[in-house]
Amino acid sequence: MKYFHLIWAALFRRKTRTIFTLLSVLAAFLLFGMLDAVRTAFNAPPSAAGVSRLVVSSRISIIQPLPQSLLTRIQAIPGVKDVAYANWFGGYYQEPKNQGLMFQVAVNPTYLDAYPELVLPPEQRKAFDETRTGAVIGENAAKALNLKIGDKIPIKGSIFTNKASGDTTWTFDIVGIFKAGEEKQRGLENQMLFRWDYFDEGRTFGNGTIGWYIARVNDPNESDKVAAAIDALSANSDHETKTQTEQAFNLAFVKQLGDIGLIVGAIMAAVFFTLILLTGNTMAQAVRERIPELAVLKTIGFSNKSVLGLVLVEAILLIVLGGVLGLLLAQVLLPAVNAGSGGRMNFPPIGRSTWTLGIVLMLGIGLVVGVLPALRGMRLRIVDALAGR
Amino acid sequence: MKFLTNLLMIVIIAAAIFVLVVLPWPALIVLVVLLALWMALTRTGRQAWSVTKVGVATIPQRLGSSSVIIVGIAGVVGVLVALLAMAEGFRQTLAQTGDAETAIVMRGGATAELSSGITRDDATLVEQLPGILKDAQGKPIASPELVVVANIPKKVNATDANVEIRGVGEQAFALRPNVKIVTGKRFGQGLRELIVGKGALAQFAGLDPGSTINLGNQQWTITGVFESGDAHESELWGDVEVVSATYRRQGYQSVTVKLTSPDALDQLKAGIAADPRLKVDAKTTSDYYSAQSENLTRVIKVMGIVIGVIMGIGAVFGALNTMYAAVATRAREIATLRAIGFRGLPVVVSVLLETMLLALAGGVLGALVAWLIFNNYTVSTLGQNFSQVVFAFKVSPALVWSGLKWALAIGFIGGLFPAMRAARLPVTTALREL
Repeated sequence: MKYFHLIWAALFRRKTRTIFTLLSVLAAFLLFGMLDAVRTAFNAPPSAAGVSRLVVSSRISIIQPLPQSLLTRIQAIPGVKDVAYANWFGGYYQEPKNQGLMFQVAVNPTYLDAYPELVLPPEQRKAFDETRTGAVIGENAAKALNLKIGDKIPIKGSIFTNKASGDTTWTFDIVGIFKAGEEKQRGLENQMLFRWDYFDEGRTFGNGTIGWYIARVNDPNESDKVAAAIDALSANSDHETKTQTEQAFNLAFVKQLGDIGLIVGAIMAAVFFTLILLTGNTMAQAVRERIPELAVLKTIGFSNKSVLGLVLVEAILLIVLGGVLGLLLAQVLLPAVNAGSGGRMNFPPIGRSTWTLGIVLMLGIGLVVGVLPALRGMRLRIVDALAGR
Repeated sequence: MKFLTNLLMIVIIAAAIFVLVVLPWPALIVLVVLLALWMALTRTGRQAWSVTKVGVATIPQRLGSSSVIIVGIAGVVGVLVALLAMAEGFRQTLAQTGDAETAIVMRGGATAELSSGITRDDATLVEQLPGILKDAQGKPIASPELVVVANIPKKVNATDANVEIRGVGEQAFALRPNVKIVTGKRFGQGLRELIVGKGALAQFAGLDPGSTINLGNQQWTITGVFESGDAHESELWGDVEVVSATYRRQGYQSVTVKLTSPDALDQLKAGIAADPRLKVDAKTTSDYYSAQSENLTRVIKVMGIVIGVIMGIGAVFGALNTMYAAVATRAREIATLRAIGFRGLPVVVSVLLETMLLALAGGVLGALVAWLIFNNYTVSTLGQNFSQVVFAFKVSPALVWSGLKWALAIGFIGGLFPAMRAARLPVTTALREL
């Protein structure tokens, strides 16, 4: 630590160069922070509540409905705490482009109990239980579409025809607005949940069938056993099920979109390769210019090792400074992007894992770019260096 | 004064970038020719040419730092071109699907076949509507279709993917003449047989002709492979009646019809409006498929440009560093030139040209790498029908050109400031410097 001011002075010996290099490092780690947020958004880790949930869907394909008769049979399986069910509605409010802002799902009365991370005030929950045409929506959706409690909204569906209206338009009363318990789960707020009875009695076809079941288990460690037992119920029937943990279900879905991790990884590899070359060049230049100075340091008694250390720490400091600033900037920018997108995007804030990975990368890159110039500094022969040979 | 020059520089940069963005490539060639003429014919031009020659000739001595510009810009252009090629490939695949002479009829309000539904009665009514072409036997060329989704593992990671199975009517092949069987034969009517698209065959496991797959507890045989050059290649086709029975569906999802002419759509729509029993919409298949690519294409494009801008900013600082260093090492030489009567402009032009040449080399390198690795690289993603669409990256000349424009813009910004520094270097101090 006592050499810190020496390293600092060396680092800012040429201000412009150091600042430009810092800005390059900053840009690289800003990108790293944002891309890692994209990656996490797609691989959102399960909330504590999600661990105990199993998703039961049709084995043939996710769009194939399941019979309602499975409900009591799944409930009877030992280890199952409770079972909820739901069906995809697939409509939009006002304009088709609003589709992504609010997904509609028809849910049974206990569905909200299975999702304790959706925080709904008790009196609104009561209103939902008492209003047949009631719907609860997430705060994101409410903000993006400018909706409030008490609004009566028509939703234009794309699948189900309503007996009452004769076309695919359904009318709902908003009776509650829920929030996601955790910041990283904000994506859940782009939903509208509405009552199963209104949906099932109102639709012209598919009555009595169910999109998917959510089974909660008592002990998450027994998930595999319970899942196998649920699938055994319908084995060899014409409605075989596929039961998996909510996390596995979500992951499989993300994998279908494409290999996000691979894309992000490839981009970051290109970025960091360029960065190493760029800062490596800067460090080499910085050391080349300072050869006489390093020789003087050695003359007044600095050991070879301390010279090596000085240069190495300087390189690491350069990368860490830029990197930390870049990640901080990403941390500030992401919420701004979320806010600016009007609820369309929900990037999770930069978490501890991103910081850890980022710092490891900074130290690693710092070492890589510093090691050659540092070795050069260490191997200097005082006589040659002072003579300018 | 200093503030004013800085302001001027920003204006110049903004103007240059704007020109680059809107510039078609022929205009750039004209610019290059003009520059060459200026260099050959005027005195200042000849001075600029000789200074540039010296600068370029010394690049090999500064190979390490010059490569920072090249590799930095290659990285930006490579990533940008690759991402845009992904968007372009997806767009093209869907844009090539369908044409203006076939129309798809779905339930009103449905945005994709998967969410639509058409009863058998309605399908019969639709086939009798005006505007539909009839074949030699006088039967309307129309195919009632049903799209279902099957879980089939991907080859790369063995995870289940939603693969689209399209049940088609007898007239489907007359309706889409671009669909050709390349190996094997067509599926038989009323049989549990499927033909597989070339894209699906390449992406998903266990679909080779002759093999069987399990759908709804029944064994289906793959009898052949078809190619169509569009999004249908991601699908498996079978007889609509058999598919419908397997998935226990009543009726179909859509009816695709051949129009008598591109204008006949209005006739068809009028026919639909005139029949109160029909609650359906018709649109041309080219409109239907093009609309499906809009969202994803836009997302990828925006992502590519945001990433490109951030990487580009990083590369600009790298270029600035390199060129400031280059100018600094050549300070004496430049000052000497100034002392013997060279003007500022040739110096500015030479530094700028040198940077932009390096940038161009980087851009070409990046585009080349992107082309080598990614052109025709095939991937699949979830499309509108909740099922996989297989598409290939397309590194088109237009994309390469836009990548090169980015490279030139970065080179311009990275070269302008060092160039100005070089030109404004006080001759006396520079000469005295070691």
